Amino acid sequence: MNKALHTNELGTSAVPAIELRKINKRFGPVHANKDIDLVVAKGSIHGIIGENGAGKSTLMSILYGFYEADEGDILVNGSPVRISDSKTAIALGIGMVHQHFMLVDNFSVLENVILGAEDSGFLASGISRARTELKRLEDEYELRVDPDALIQDLPVGLQQRVEILKALYRGADVLILDEPTGVLTPAEADHLFKILNVLKDQGKTVLLITHKLREIMAITDKVSVMRRGEMVATRQTAETNMSELAELMVGRSVLLNVEKQPAKPRDTVLAVEGLTVTDTRGVETVKNVSLEVKAGEIVGIAGVSGNGQTELLETIAGIRSATSGTLHIAGETIDLGTRTPNPAEMRQKSLGHVPEDRHRMGLVTRFAEYENAILGYHNDPQYSNGLFLDIAGIKAAAMAEIEKYDIRPPNPILKTANFSGGNQQKIVLAREIERDPTVLLVGQPTRGVDIGAIEFIHKRLIEMRDAGKGILLVSVELDEIRALADRVLVMFDGRIVGERAPDADERELGLLMAGVEGAGA
Amino acid sequence: MSTGQLPRWVDLGLIPLINLVAAFFVSGLVVILIGESPVEAVQVLIWGSLGFGEGIGFTLFYATNFIFTGLAVAVAFHAGLFNIGGEGQAYIGGLGVAAACLLLDHIVPWWVTMPFAVAGAALMGAAWAFIPGYLQATRGSHVVITTIMFNFIAASLMVYLLVNVIGEAGSMQPETRTFVEGGRLPFLTDIIPGVDFGTAPVNFSLILALLACIGVWLLIWRTRLGYEIRSYGANPDAAVYAGINPVRTIVITMMISGGLAGMMAINEVMGSQHRLLIEFVTGYGFVGIAVALMGRAHPVGIVLAAILFGMLYQGGAELSFEIPAITRDMIVVIQGLVILFAGALEYMFRPTLVRLFASRRAPAAAAG
Repeated sequence: MNKALHTNELGTSAVPAIELRKINKRFGPVHANKDIDLVVAKGSIHGIIGENGAGKSTLMSILYGFYEADEGDILVNGSPVRISDSKTAIALGIGMVHQHFMLVDNFSVLENVILGAEDSGFLASGISRARTELKRLEDEYELRVDPDALIQDLPVGLQQRVEILKALYRGADVLILDEPTGVLTPAEADHLFKILNVLKDQGKTVLLITHKLREIMAITDKVSVMRRGEMVATRQTAETNMSELAELMVGRSVLLNVEKQPAKPRDTVLAVEGLTVTDTRGVETVKNVSLEVKAGEIVGIAGVSGNGQTELLETIAGIRSATSGTLHIAGETIDLGTRTPNPAEMRQKSLGHVPEDRHRMGLVTRFAEYENAILGYHNDPQYSNGLFLDIAGIKAAAMAEIEKYDIRPPNPILKTANFSGGNQQKIVLAREIERDPTVLLVGQPTRGVDIGAIEFIHKRLIEMRDAGKGILLVSVELDEIRALADRVLVMFDGRIVGERAPDADERELGLLMAGVEGAGA
Repeated sequence: MSTGQLPRWVDLGLIPLINLVAAFFVSGLVVILIGESPVEAVQVLIWGSLGFGEGIGFTLFYATNFIFTGLAVAVAFHAGLFNIGGEGQAYIGGLGVAAACLLLDHIVPWWVTMPFAVAGAALMGAAWAFIPGYLQATRGSHVVITTIMFNFIAASLMVYLLVNVIGEAGSMQPETRTFVEGGRLPFLTDIIPGVDFGTAPVNFSLILALLACIGVWLLIWRTRLGYEIRSYGANPDAAVYAGINPVRTIVITMMISGGLAGMMAINEVMGSQHRLLIEFVTGYGFVGIAVALMGRAHPVGIVLAAILFGMLYQGGAELSFEIPAITRDMIVVIQGLVILFAGALEYMFRPTLVRLFASRRAPAAAAG
């Protein structure tokens, strides 16, 4: 497992390249970084792993001077510094390779490398000096790339190499790579790892941000795990394994306790066969997935976020189109490869959908509460008065939901943006559950929701199950899946890699989520 | 157009007022610069636009145009679309008006011709906006680019039609024959007893414009279509989630927007000129953008902003007549400053006011 791990002197008494002490950063009510401590040894590859939204990128942005921390200290080579912008970071020898490259497409490699670091008003002198320097860097770090090629003609892997060259040209000793392999093919990723090892051998320090466990195991010396804005653990990579890291990432801090009777599953109400989804970049995000949901059961899909769960839900809900696959719902068979996506049609087949991201999709936050209470159902005859909306009727219906779901403040004409996260989520849930759908798709029902609301939402979902509805639940919170689901499907890299009972061994689920094949089998 | 944390009266009343005062302050500096008295200039401007019947009549006549073009821009705003093709849509709308009037004016009275003229104007304007809307919805061609190009196409097309196709035979002017009684809307001065607007061409179109305001208000805030338009404009992803078809929404919104712009032609062609002539739109379509911005895309605000711009047009004309040093171009500068402060610099005073009101509320909360 640790075949690529290079041995070097870790844990020596040398001054760390980077040290962070009690870093805090808030964005409004969101506490993105909580008391973060981090020590990065010189000449090492240090991984930072965590789910999307765990606060990794915020932390690196603080280090690179995009944001300033609200509290806390940054030490570079042992001396405290204040990094107010990226210029300061560069001067301190910190370089960053962004997830989305910051390159000018119609400039040559050389022009991109010197961009912002031109020595004088005239380019010519700078360019010839840069050419020599670039040659030296290429030789020293085996970073071959034609300096006169235009960026737009280069494959993504080479563009990334230019980003690395840019950082080295500016004298970076510490290199931060943010999700570097997200856009790379496996071969390109392997090559990148070789480059990173060369950099390490030459004494550079590398900080690798990722949510992929394999990369951490393959290349890093040390790994720090972030979860919900906190640094939960730091391990020597050689002394840990994927399942421990997966557990740490997903967390099992709060033991959720939901009272429920065993499920009494009946007829199948939703079945998906051979679903494959390709996104706009041409990458297959869902690969040949089949599953079924019976009336009276909750099927949970566990997995680290970004493994195709979003696409799966959105395709079933009629928002995305699929490459192939069939859907059985409400006694009908739909060929997903040929249908025109139409969420309204799916709602008519008694399919409710609580989307994963309420701000992006579930709500129009600029609308009044009562207007969001009919989003997706605004064409129902009960809300219409001929051509017009029956505003009084809609407000009354919204008020009834507000009371039933204890949405606070109880004011249907208040702008939705002014409700707290938990109450916003209740608005969405009330809307979808109160239509009494036969099948309910639920994505991340309690993300960013306070404990009290979590309990309420879980109760509602169990009630719905007991009323004989079928629920397909996607959550990155393993505890939530285990507490609610009657069957657990684990999704990894677009595939369903296993089905387990909700009380299955947590390590086993963790390994499945990490994509370790044959786990526990 | 976020409301931030300000009380409504500040957001909808105080901020536009401050913007306006700032615009006039800078305009006053310009007037001083050319050696004239700003106080006198303001007096002339206000007297010229509101001081006597004919002045008021002209102000309202211009305001009628601005209401139509302002509503057009506002409807598109609500769907997140920026229709700056009001100019061309109004111009082409004139074809619909002229067609109805030329065909019917000898046969029926004006009130029979009017519905046909309104329908013709709206249909032609909508058709002209349909193409950019369709291209935006299906091809992603940005409406800002396409609508402005369609303004130029409209201008050339109308010259061609007026010179070669529908122009009056034997006339030196590129224009149609003058409509007789059945193709003319009555002047308000003739139908409202006791009101004297002099020779001002303010006509029945003003009533149509006010009806259009009510119609737009109902459409946007009271119908399912309006709900879909606003959903799409505020959060396209949520709209798709809700089963709202983006292509349909964009195309229909653009057509309604174009139809409203087209109806401006009623006021000019059937209400005032009584013939279709070249370049009768002369910038009303563009000023509609400023009217919609200043009026916060709400019909009430648009009526107020339209009257303001009507005053600037009429009062400005009086101003350059009374004080020759203030030329017509100077008036354009003042109008430009109003647009700049009301539209483009909308957010200049807002942060200060937000801070002011936040600090005012904090002690109040502490005391309570």
